Amino acid sequence: MYTQSFNVPDDAGDAKTARLKAVPGPVDAAEAALQAHFDTVIDADHKVEPRDWMPEAYRKTLVRQISQHAHSEIVGMLPEGNWISRAPSLKRKAILIAKVQDEGGHGLYLYSAAETLGTSRDQMLDGLHSGKAKYSSIFNYPTLNWADVGVIGWLVDGAAIMNQIPLCRCSYGPYARAMIRVCKEESFHQRQGYEALLVMMQGTAEQKAMVQDAVNRYWWKCLAMFGPPDADSPNSVQGMRWGIKRISNDDLRQKFVDATVPQAEVLGVTLPDPDLKWNEARGHYDYGQIDWDEFWATVNGNGPMNKERLATRVKAHEQGAWVRDAALAHARKQQQRQQKEAA
Amino acid sequence: MSADAPALKEWPLWEVFVRSKQGLEHKHCGSLHASDARHALQMARDVYTRRQEGVSIWVAPSTAITASEPDSKDSFFDPAADKVYRHPTFYEIPEKVGHM
Repeated sequence: MYTQSFNVPDDAGDAKTARLKAVPGPVDAAEAALQAHFDTVIDADHKVEPRDWMPEAYRKTLVRQISQHAHSEIVGMLPEGNWISRAPSLKRKAILIAKVQDEGGHGLYLYSAAETLGTSRDQMLDGLHSGKAKYSSIFNYPTLNWADVGVIGWLVDGAAIMNQIPLCRCSYGPYARAMIRVCKEESFHQRQGYEALLVMMQGTAEQKAMVQDAVNRYWWKCLAMFGPPDADSPNSVQGMRWGIKRISNDDLRQKFVDATVPQAEVLGVTLPDPDLKWNEARGHYDYGQIDWDEFWATVNGNGPMNKERLATRVKAHEQGAWVRDAALAHARKQQQRQQKEAA
Repeated sequence: MSADAPALKEWPLWEVFVRSKQGLEHKHCGSLHASDARHALQMARDVYTRRQEGVSIWVAPSTAITASEPDSKDSFFDPAADKVYRHPTFYEIPEKVGHM
């Protein structure tokens, strides 16, 4: 399960320069009253439900964030799906199939939540397939070997869990409920990855080196998953005000680093950051600089796998079209037959 | 849908209700798209009961559900607000009577 803890304007050529637009003020007294009621609900930490009045900007932000999150789930099936046929044992294969199936389910929960806001599944998929909508950039990197599959579970899912736990308290009811369901299933994803790596670390020198290499390639990209530093995240402030976002990007990133360092020690790998060290005064680990230029290049379509992921996704959708059409045709035929019998 | 109704582009939406164990009620747990009721049941099984979360599933077309209006929340539910005598705590019973 995968989200990046920020939402990128889908149509931004350079998301880095996108800035929070002022939310237009209410136009008349009736709307002002609705806005005031909405603010009371948010301030009291109550939930907003699909048919409640909500500001247009809140609705749009949610549609964008939830659909990007859903896209990340189903694109996330691709790099791992590649390894199903090459899993090293039947046990690992069964586990990986279950995980990939979970990701598909998570995508469905999230698409359903977004649909309650008045957007359609087809619209969202069109946005993804046309390249207009974003998804988590972590999937625009290749999975080179079996250790990558373990590292995705341990680090990528681990980072996603950090992001997603606060989303269970999101102010929008359907999103919060979807996230609760997702988080319940998520712990298995991280643990299976970590355990697969533990097994490899008991193997040959080559296998140990594979794990270290995968950690080296994924570590910084996982830290970037939490989104730009708070100082460069103007959207975060509005998201916090609306109760969509609960914990800042930097705070979540710190939590992830603090949780992961001891896990790496048990596993017997090093994290590729010479600046990583315990800071007694802060009570946290210090860490080095993230390469944000690379991050934004990938978000904006220039990562190593952007084109291939999207092409695979579009191909799967197109090749499945006949199944969707056939199911509908069958349903129509059944209905006609029933109507004839009833007549 | 009549025979000459326009062809649907999307599979219709279904609401899913799952009974988690025998003796408990079905609870709404989400929605999904499926071509017909049987298909919706199969999909619901795959999506919502992968970890034995249910022993029985209901699906209903989302369009078949009639909901109360959020705008009329006050007039619709307020009549119950001033009837505190409907709650057991409204009544004071001497302590020596014990639990009642």
